[in-house]
Amino acid sequence: MSRRTSSVIPGFGLTLGYTLVYLSLLVLIPLGALFLKTTELSWAQFIAIVSAPRVLAALKLSFGTAFAAAVLNGVIGTLLAWVLVRYRFPGRKIIEAMIDLPFALPTAVAGIALTALYAPNGPIGQFATELGFKIAYSPLGITLALTFVTLPFVVRTIQPVLADIPREVEEAAACLGARPLQVVRHVLLPALLPAWLTGFALAFARGVGEYGSVIFIAGNMPMKTEILPLLIMVKLDQYDYAGATAIGVLMLVVSFVLLLFINLLQRRIARS
Amino acid sequence: MSIRRFALAALASALIAGPALAADTLLNVSYDPTRELYVEFNDAFNKHWQAQGHEPIKIQQSHGGSGKQARAVIDGLRADVVTLALAGDIDELHRLGKLIPEDWQTRLPDASTPYTSTIVFLVRKGNPKGIKDWDDLIKTGVEVITPNPKTSGGARWNFLAAWAYAQQKYGTEEQAQEFVGTLYKNVPVLDTGARGSTVTFVNNGIGDVLLAWENEAFLALKEQGGEDFEIIAPSLSILAEPPVAVVDKNVERKGTRALAEAYLNYLYSEEGQRIAAKNFYRPRNEAVAAEFKDQFPALKLVTIDGDFGGWKAAQPKFFNDGGVFDQIYQAE
Repeated sequence: MSRRTSSVIPGFGLTLGYTLVYLSLLVLIPLGALFLKTTELSWAQFIAIVSAPRVLAALKLSFGTAFAAAVLNGVIGTLLAWVLVRYRFPGRKIIEAMIDLPFALPTAVAGIALTALYAPNGPIGQFATELGFKIAYSPLGITLALTFVTLPFVVRTIQPVLADIPREVEEAAACLGARPLQVVRHVLLPALLPAWLTGFALAFARGVGEYGSVIFIAGNMPMKTEILPLLIMVKLDQYDYAGATAIGVLMLVVSFVLLLFINLLQRRIARS
Repeated sequence: MSIRRFALAALASALIAGPALAADTLLNVSYDPTRELYVEFNDAFNKHWQAQGHEPIKIQQSHGGSGKQARAVIDGLRADVVTLALAGDIDELHRLGKLIPEDWQTRLPDASTPYTSTIVFLVRKGNPKGIKDWDDLIKTGVEVITPNPKTSGGARWNFLAAWAYAQQKYGTEEQAQEFVGTLYKNVPVLDTGARGSTVTFVNNGIGDVLLAWENEAFLALKEQGGEDFEIIAPSLSILAEPPVAVVDKNVERKGTRALAEAYLNYLYSEEGQRIAAKNFYRPRNEAVAAEFKDQFPALKLVTIDGDFGGWKAAQPKFFNDGGVFDQIYQAE
């Protein structure tokens, strides 16, 4: 309440009310309905559905590939953000605009294009075939599609933070005798870490739920390359609404726990 | 093709979001490969309807996976008629939606199926792997493309055709299950729908043989000019029966029952049958069938009702969770 009186702009009641209505209509009510629908199942039925071998295999695949894609983007995205913030070169504006393209492009289009390129006899995929492995129709292909779709998150969360770190800080560190790698390790990374974690968490969460692009490149083989959202569609095609919501709830709970963990980690880092 | 597909998808979502339809429009909710058929049929029906002294009507069509389309209607899409890939999906309109009576399939001739199709093989030109019959699909080194029967109506027909062949050849269900198990080991990709599999086979060049609706196979051949592919008819296949139905609850609300019934009945007329045959569906009308008999290879066909006890028995046994299809993959 003390914040309310100290605010220059009035309207706390109005804005909070709006926030609550907005969140309820868009997030709480749909998610509530999801949980409500699952209550049609008994605990035993729910456990049986979410512990079926196929569901567990898909769970591992969905979260594993989303994690791999988020890590990959964590590394490459940081590099991209660094290049875009710290250097001026011709074509920078174009690269800058390209980074957001994965958001604008329908994910199905991305999936079809990636599949055509990385299929065992596609222009790029054929080289993998020669080397004896597959990109499309394997978990590698799923990771690739997810990396594409979640590319902007890490770049866009790190960019403003990086731009706020004055060059002088790096120069000061260098003057004090730090080698370039030490500057990165002891000066830049600690400042970037909270933003980096946010970008990582966003990319990870987005990757777990992604359907449109993955479905084309995955191959969808049961137990091997079947993602959780596909299992939800499979249940729906059997008119098994409760079963589908059970998997939805499972995904929601696992995602929530992981995001909560990342948030706590962030707070600890911010405090130290 | 794909641009049109996206346009239709956009149209379908506009229909869901749009205001209540006026009385002189008709919405036909159909499955994936009937697009071209109904574009032509709608035109013909509109002329026929006007010739009978009615105002011209606007017919809208929506296409997608058969199961998804059925769910959209159950969830409130105001379809006047449904023309889906299998009776099992229309049964759900009764079971889950209470939109039609249980005996819907007896209301029109031929179990409400004005045209039929079957499952054939599409192979690459010259048939390099020498594929002649179902037996050749289980050989090592042959890659078979078929969609996932859990998500695709067409794929269920594929699965049952393979099963019927194996059961007739080997005799027991165990041997049939072993046969389809080996067959699905040769499947490198399970797309979610029939069109997805066609794209995998035709555009991405994956696989040696595509199990396809006969009409899809002919259509792919027609669009490609017959240069890259050939159709192979196996010794035995299944009579795929995609039925049609008036959605009672919706036509009563909209007052379009007479129109919707006339629309479906016209599918059985000689002209309707001819349009179906021109779009590579096998007509029911014997005169029209005789006219087009050179187009369709003569096949021994099993039926879902005669050999599998109907969809009510076949769906849970083969395709629901824990069914035969799941067992094939769990066994690994």
